Amino acid sequence: MIELRDVCKTYHARSGPVDVLNGVNLRVDRGDKIGIVGRNGSGKSTLIRLIGGVERPTSGKIMQSMRISWPLAFTGAFQGGLTGVDNVRFICRVYGKAYEEVIDFVEDFSQLGRFLKEPVKIYSSGMRARLAFAVSLMIDFDCYLIDEVVAVGDARFQQRSHEELFEVRKDRAIIIVSHDPNYMRLHCDNAAVLEDGRLRFFDEVEQAFEYHSHQMMN
Amino acid sequence: MASRASNGSLARAFRIQARVLWALILREIMTRYGRHNIGFLWLFVEPMLFTLGITALWTIAGFHHGSNLPITAFALTGYSTVLLWRNMPNRCVGSIIPNSALMYHRNVRVLDIFLSRIALEAIGATMSFVTLGLVFNFLGMLSPPEDALRVLQGWLLTAWFGAAFAMFLGALAERSEMVEKLWHPAAYLLFPLSGAAYLVDALPKDFQNAALWLPMVNGVELVREGYFGSKIVAHYDMTYLVTCNMVLSLFALALERIVSREFVPE
Repeated sequence: MIELRDVCKTYHARSGPVDVLNGVNLRVDRGDKIGIVGRNGSGKSTLIRLIGGVERPTSGKIMQSMRISWPLAFTGAFQGGLTGVDNVRFICRVYGKAYEEVIDFVEDFSQLGRFLKEPVKIYSSGMRARLAFAVSLMIDFDCYLIDEVVAVGDARFQQRSHEELFEVRKDRAIIIVSHDPNYMRLHCDNAAVLEDGRLRFFDEVEQAFEYHSHQMMN
Repeated sequence: MASRASNGSLARAFRIQARVLWALILREIMTRYGRHNIGFLWLFVEPMLFTLGITALWTIAGFHHGSNLPITAFALTGYSTVLLWRNMPNRCVGSIIPNSALMYHRNVRVLDIFLSRIALEAIGATMSFVTLGLVFNFLGMLSPPEDALRVLQGWLLTAWFGAAFAMFLGALAERSEMVEKLWHPAAYLLFPLSGAAYLVDALPKDFQNAALWLPMVNGVELVREGYFGSKIVAHYDMTYLVTCNMVLSLFALALERIVSREFVPE
């Protein structure tokens, strides 16, 4: 279970305080697949980072009894100067997982080949995302946070990540932030629109997108 | 699932903490020393070279320190303690930004970055001190400490001071860029004042009390009393040193809390 209660986040910018989240409430249970939609700058990534524990809320509570992944995004999580393999070692140590159990899968799944032995800073953002996917699948989280990295890799990679995430691990919760309506329709049970720092929930993904595009018109 | 049931328990928190620190220490060794030539041995070879260099310089220059202690003994005790309290802040100031990507992992926090770097510096300085002490002893240049426990006491209190100072400056540096600019000249100027290059007893009476305002002077005097207690008169105020350490630790941890709460990784 993950529960957010009245979560607010304010950043102190040079021009003054910016209220990004303004009382977000959210509950995620085992196996839930939730999509979050919102215009650019609406605070989707901030919300994901708060749930992932990367940042802390300014006020409000985040309670959790699940193992939550770090936000799988195009940035973060890896030290650029270290090789892919050394980053995998570091992450395994942090999450208490044996490197030997993980590395074969990571090599095979990420399709990074010899680049695994190169520093991560020379990776493309797609390569980083593939590595992040591969490692996080092996850490065995109860809830995966996916921030816009849905369309990485070739068709085969996408097929395999779909299998690993939504079939092999279909009992896990997933929170997805994306601008891709097709991906959301295929993978989420319900969706919420983030606007004015609050979440508005919809039972059907379709309704969320309808509401969202309607808002975008205005 | 048994481990999940104990979610939030202290034992579990300790396990995670130990795991994270170990991971950060190994990562730090990798990025700093790599797998080339002598690798992680640089951790204590580097401070050893510093101490050896200072010892050689002071010997050649016939450095006068106001006692009849051999210069080797004087330099080893003095410079090793400087390395102990000075390298920790050196490594903690400006350490957050380069590690910001690692803080994507919820259990990796600002405090962990500091603690892992502090631990590494402590290990390096201690191994350098002990190794050189043994080597000098073997070569007949230095007698073993008269009171090893007192040496340990002085060493640990200096390490505590260094750790608290490092955390304080590391967190403060996150709030103001001035800290990084000012720390380097300050560290440089503190060296001659720190007690590494003089015995408090050799100072004029008026200066003695002033010198003891610097916490690290008390630390090095303790170490020297342990090493050659019968040959020198050591001056220190243990209560003052411990109080300084506690107050500094309190400020350091409070500041770290604020910085950690507000920090936004890349």
